[in-house]
Amino acid sequence: MDFGLSPEQRMLRDAVDRLLREHCPLDHVREVAEGGHAVSAAVVAALSELGLSGIMVPEEHGGLGLGLLDALVVAEALGAAVAPVPFVARCVLAPLALRLAGTPAQQARWLPRIADGSARFGVGLTEVVNRRDGGGVTAADGTLSGSALFVLDSADADAFVIADQGGQLHLVAGEADGLERLPLSTIDLTRSVGELRLDGVAAEPLGEDDGGTANRLVAAGRVLLAADSVGAGDVMIARAVDYAGEREQFGRVIGSFQAVKHMCAEMAARLEPCRSLVWYAAHAFDAVPDEALLMACHAKSHTGEVGRFVARTATEVHGGMGFTDLLGLHYWFKRIGFDRQLLGGPEIVRAEAAALQGWGKRAA
Amino acid sequence: MDLSYGPEYEAFRDELRAFIAENRHRAPAAPGAAQRAGADAVAWQQLLLEHGYTARTIPREYGGFGAEPDILTSRIIAEEFAAAGVPGGLSNQGISMLVPTLLELGTEEQKRRWIAPTLRGEIVWCQGYSEPGAGSDLAALRTSAREENGEFVINGQKIWTSTAHQADMIFCLVRTEADAPKHAGISYLIFSMKTPGIEVRPLRTMTGHAEFNETFFTDVRVPVDQIVGQRGQGWMVANATLGYERGMLGDPAALENRLAALVQLMHDERIDGVRAIDNAALCDRLVALQAEVAAMKFNGLRLLSNSLKGEPGGLAKLIVKLQSCELAHQISALAIDAMGELGLLYGGSRRERAGGSWQWNYMFQLGLIIGGGTAQIQKNIIAERGLGMPREPKLEHARAPKAGAA
Repeated sequence: MDFGLSPEQRMLRDAVDRLLREHCPLDHVREVAEGGHAVSAAVVAALSELGLSGIMVPEEHGGLGLGLLDALVVAEALGAAVAPVPFVARCVLAPLALRLAGTPAQQARWLPRIADGSARFGVGLTEVVNRRDGGGVTAADGTLSGSALFVLDSADADAFVIADQGGQLHLVAGEADGLERLPLSTIDLTRSVGELRLDGVAAEPLGEDDGGTANRLVAAGRVLLAADSVGAGDVMIARAVDYAGEREQFGRVIGSFQAVKHMCAEMAARLEPCRSLVWYAAHAFDAVPDEALLMACHAKSHTGEVGRFVARTATEVHGGMGFTDLLGLHYWFKRIGFDRQLLGGPEIVRAEAAALQGWGKRAA
Repeated sequence: MDLSYGPEYEAFRDELRAFIAENRHRAPAAPGAAQRAGADAVAWQQLLLEHGYTARTIPREYGGFGAEPDILTSRIIAEEFAAAGVPGGLSNQGISMLVPTLLELGTEEQKRRWIAPTLRGEIVWCQGYSEPGAGSDLAALRTSAREENGEFVINGQKIWTSTAHQADMIFCLVRTEADAPKHAGISYLIFSMKTPGIEVRPLRTMTGHAEFNETFFTDVRVPVDQIVGQRGQGWMVANATLGYERGMLGDPAALENRLAALVQLMHDERIDGVRAIDNAALCDRLVALQAEVAAMKFNGLRLLSNSLKGEPGGLAKLIVKLQSCELAHQISALAIDAMGELGLLYGGSRRERAGGSWQWNYMFQLGLIIGGGTAQIQKNIIAERGLGMPREPKLEHARAPKAGAA
């Protein structure tokens, strides 16, 4: 019985933290974000040294062959550092899609290249959750048409995994004919999302199923986004506590006022259980398939709610300074905001969680 | 992440399951924590004691089962009784708070005399801590005990003494050192509630019931050897006990049970012919609570692993009372909302659901948010001990409490 991270997972976390402290201080994040890149080539290169581009690639294809709980450890660290690194889609969801649904030939072709960083994927799943007006991808005769919105890690991608409206996944080459790639610029300048406009673009079905794989990918993505918020939330609380311990008003540090202390206590009290929840959700994904989808919903929706509370409260503890660009606190605020909306906001996700349990059915 | 218990523990679990299946017909209906156990509950307790399914790690000479402390075994026992919907061993303030305190700090004679009958449910205890003028600032208590001819003579008033009207005994904080600093002047006494000079008045609460009492002491004489710890050490003794109380108020299995009852209720109740659980807004709230209960469950598993490894619980532990009590209250609130007008029915009304227990819980759980260290005190603890934030500066003119009747 050991609920928590293994010694290896703790070492992984330490290694990623160390690397990010060195290569990804806030000044660097700011430089990348303000340059409009959303991706730090330097940090990506440093993480590749640890083999993280192949974290989810099986060892026989040149990767580390690890599970979602291991990837979660990395996601939490990246959230804490607001690292401008394409990780969730590129290093986890794309190889996972190939592992779960790819043919042996597709796996042999792509997985080694994902592991060595020479194939950079973006992933578009809004067809299976949260499809909005203007989006919609249909498949016909080996081609895709329509618009895929909020394709994650898209900026410098050279290939895509795209879900169509039926939930079938497809591989699309980045330079395919009829593919138009349009950036979407969000509040979070540390993440890259884009719109793909597809006009009869050649696409290769990734295995064949009824959307089961796409649902699992969504679940994995949700757990990682939740973990990203846990990491980012941790830092926001730590920064709020530090600031409240230094800032003086009325002749005292503001952290000695109960009004301020209680804000910090509430943040910690709400965020701390999220850590255990996301751990379990990742573990369920790896090892308890019956619970995987529901726990991913719980992790995503609950951490989304708590994340928003922490993001605004930590900003408030900083007073006017929290609102400035100077402190850079807003990078975490926006990161948490991004985590909340992508792959389903809390209400959408809770409705799914209800449906999984046969609740929330409309009256006949 | 390894959530298996291993074959040895699973064998223990199988044994326990067989025991429950075989004996469950003898189990009493779930007793309220503030009730004196009836004959069936006492008999059930006796059976569990014999098999080591309660008081398992308490030494045999004090009436327990004498097993080595083992967190996983305790966990399995809690899990299996909860899963079977059968009450486990008695849980009351004597067993949850006094017994651990005596084991840690009592004399040999005290342990031998009090623990076994308390475990058997033969002695019911109440807790004499809070006073009208000493709530969150418990150390400001003024109930006095002066020593006279080998006895303490006690005068003062306690409040929130939940089982005082049926208790045999009280564990009580009194001020023995009138001139010592606030925290250093307190002693922890145990004495009979039948001692002359004690008056118990029921304290009716918002629920309409008297779950608590006020207890008045007028020249109550208690032999000096009925002190736990030394004179002036009562604050330390009490803090050992408060830790146990917070553990009692933050049990994640209790939350899971409440949530399961809520899910059942929302399946059963229909609004215009539609199950409450299919109402989008109500269902949204239910799923949100389900996620929070899951988070607290896993937080509890994390704490369990920490204790197995001898690691401190840290923030994950400090938040449990605050979060669990709040969550329990919200579960009851949703139950009432899901019932709509029916949620108002109370006091044995026609058409009342579950004996009005959701309304009772909704009100009583607000009491639990306040009791055992208010939510605000919990937040101070989280901020100061968990996050290392500075304490509020002490007011210079704050006075040491004066002993004496209120």
